[in-house]
Amino acid sequence: MRDISFGQYYPVNSFIHNLDARVKILVTLLFMVSVFFIVSYTAFAFMFLLLTLTIAVSRVPFRIVAKTIEGILFLLIFTALINIFFTSSGNVLVPIRMGGNVVLNITDQGINFAIKMAFRFTLLVLGSSLLTLTTTPTELTDALEFLLKPLKLIRIPVHDLAIIMSIALRFIPGLVEETDKIMMAQKARGASLDSGNLFKKIKAMLPVLIPLFVSAFRRADELADALDARCYNASSTRTKLKVFKIKPMDIFVFVGFAVVLTAILLDKYFVGKYVPSPDLGGFEVQGLDVLIYNFIRSVVEHGKV
Amino acid sequence: MPVTVNKLSFTYSAKTPYERKALNNINLQINEGDFLGIIGHTGSGKSTFIQHLNGLIKPQEGEIQIFDVKLTPDKRPKVNLRALRSQVGMVFQYPEYQLFADTVEKDVAFGPKNLGLSADEVSNRVRQAIEMVGLDYEAVKDRAPFELSGGQKRRVAIAGIIAMRPKMLILDEPTAGLDPFGKEQILNLIKYLKTHCSPTIVVISHDIDEITRFANRIVVFNDSRIVYDEPMQQLFKHSIQLQAMGLDIPRAVKIANALRDRGIDLGEDIVTAEDLMRAIAQRYNEKHSTQIDKEACVFDMYDFTHKWLTSEERAALEGKPVEPVEEEQPSGKLKHGKRKTQHVKKIKKSKRGKE
Repeated sequence: MRDISFGQYYPVNSFIHNLDARVKILVTLLFMVSVFFIVSYTAFAFMFLLLTLTIAVSRVPFRIVAKTIEGILFLLIFTALINIFFTSSGNVLVPIRMGGNVVLNITDQGINFAIKMAFRFTLLVLGSSLLTLTTTPTELTDALEFLLKPLKLIRIPVHDLAIIMSIALRFIPGLVEETDKIMMAQKARGASLDSGNLFKKIKAMLPVLIPLFVSAFRRADELADALDARCYNASSTRTKLKVFKIKPMDIFVFVGFAVVLTAILLDKYFVGKYVPSPDLGGFEVQGLDVLIYNFIRSVVEHGKV
Repeated sequence: MPVTVNKLSFTYSAKTPYERKALNNINLQINEGDFLGIIGHTGSGKSTFIQHLNGLIKPQEGEIQIFDVKLTPDKRPKVNLRALRSQVGMVFQYPEYQLFADTVEKDVAFGPKNLGLSADEVSNRVRQAIEMVGLDYEAVKDRAPFELSGGQKRRVAIAGIIAMRPKMLILDEPTAGLDPFGKEQILNLIKYLKTHCSPTIVVISHDIDEITRFANRIVVFNDSRIVYDEPMQQLFKHSIQLQAMGLDIPRAVKIANALRDRGIDLGEDIVTAEDLMRAIAQRYNEKHSTQIDKEACVFDMYDFTHKWLTSEERAALEGKPVEPVEEEQPSGKLKHGKRKTQHVKKIKKSKRGKE
């Protein structure tokens, strides 16, 4: 058995776990949208604080939530580097020369972008993994089915899609276990699965992949037979084992987050409009950061506010 | 001594809510020539234990000495796992699910090839391994493993392991999911491998009647610990405790215990059906002063099933052409008929002796 903690449901009882799955999905969506509207470091700080509090309330250890970052670490660094090297606006900090000509500039604005983009990615991954960590796959698919119901009007088989998704999710741990077993069996026959170059590695994975596919098809066949044997029919209307019921807490959380989103939109569109941002030669100071910048400058320049 | 296990402990998914202790302070020695049976119900740690013996799991606590390889929780010195795995063959549960190559020959060759042997040596070993498991090399070598029957697939998978010529063979539930006839064949194969391939054998099984037919020593796992480690004849003194753990005891022991409760004590050392039959015959002879041949009462399940099959049916079941029963050959070919003739001869001889 392998440790698969990437976004796997973490079974503890908490306020977050008990929230309605539909509300959690909606709030997560709002959260993702709001992350893209964050412009000021003040708002970032606020969002990180909010997320930290949510994680603390969810009683999922920080270690486990933080682990999900590992998966996108490469992407994170890559985009940060792109931003640092290919942003041309702002004040040049380090010019990179090649044969006497300046080919690239590292600017303060580039670093600014890079940091903000990294923050956005981190928030996105942490926030969405918190959803899967605190919601069982069954709840998740049920909630999705409910939220996608309007699509039935344009003849999209929402229920079938939900069943497909829950079966797929249900099969993941089984397939992981199966992979593990097969890998062990082939290792016991002297296979080395993790050495050599990429091409060799792919070839070395064949003894694992072929039995895995065979067994996946076998399982799918068996499951289809089992569904048929129980006269399963996706088209008929069926009742739910767990009926969703909105509690006051759900409404509170939803409204609370709507307020947060409004605040972030105000930060981006309103504060910037009425408080003139300082001219720093291409280096942008946005949102509430402007007020903080002005405050610090006045303290530094005049020794008083 | 092939294996010495010292204070071995192992925990799955440590420090998560899925944490589960699988092994707790295991101490065990496996001797050269042991035919060791491991029993214990699901989740008692036996599978985790045998995975350690092959270096598939690194010990978290304690250490294991396997032949000349020492496994410890330390990162250094680096252990040559491939050398270890060539000495300890591991047949997993449902080993046929690991078959992958497009022909039986290629699949069996996977292990020896990984050992870096020459092409000649590989094909030699493949041929011998396929014959050892009782399949016709010429007939199956070019067939796809997926089109064989369940029992044949399993034998091909076992051939893939013994082609590496391990000094010790570990089998996890080797007969699971087979019909009685297939089970019989695999059990006989294991006995055969003991004398002709790997002198030390460890078998995990849920079927206690099966394990008592060949094991000379039994280790009982319960709640991630070893609770009993006894010679086979001694283990069922603990019948009551074993049943309290939810483990089955052999039918012969159950019958002997039931008879004892009703005042007929046949002695303590009855484990197999054969033991029981001998003891009953002896009892009968003593009581009625008759001379029933004890050995003649003893029949082997394999012979029993074979008596009712014609040679064509037997060939069809085994998936190979009809062959005349031959005398033993030094080549080490497994002929199922051989056992039968030997056994029948033994019985005949003993009968003649009595006359």
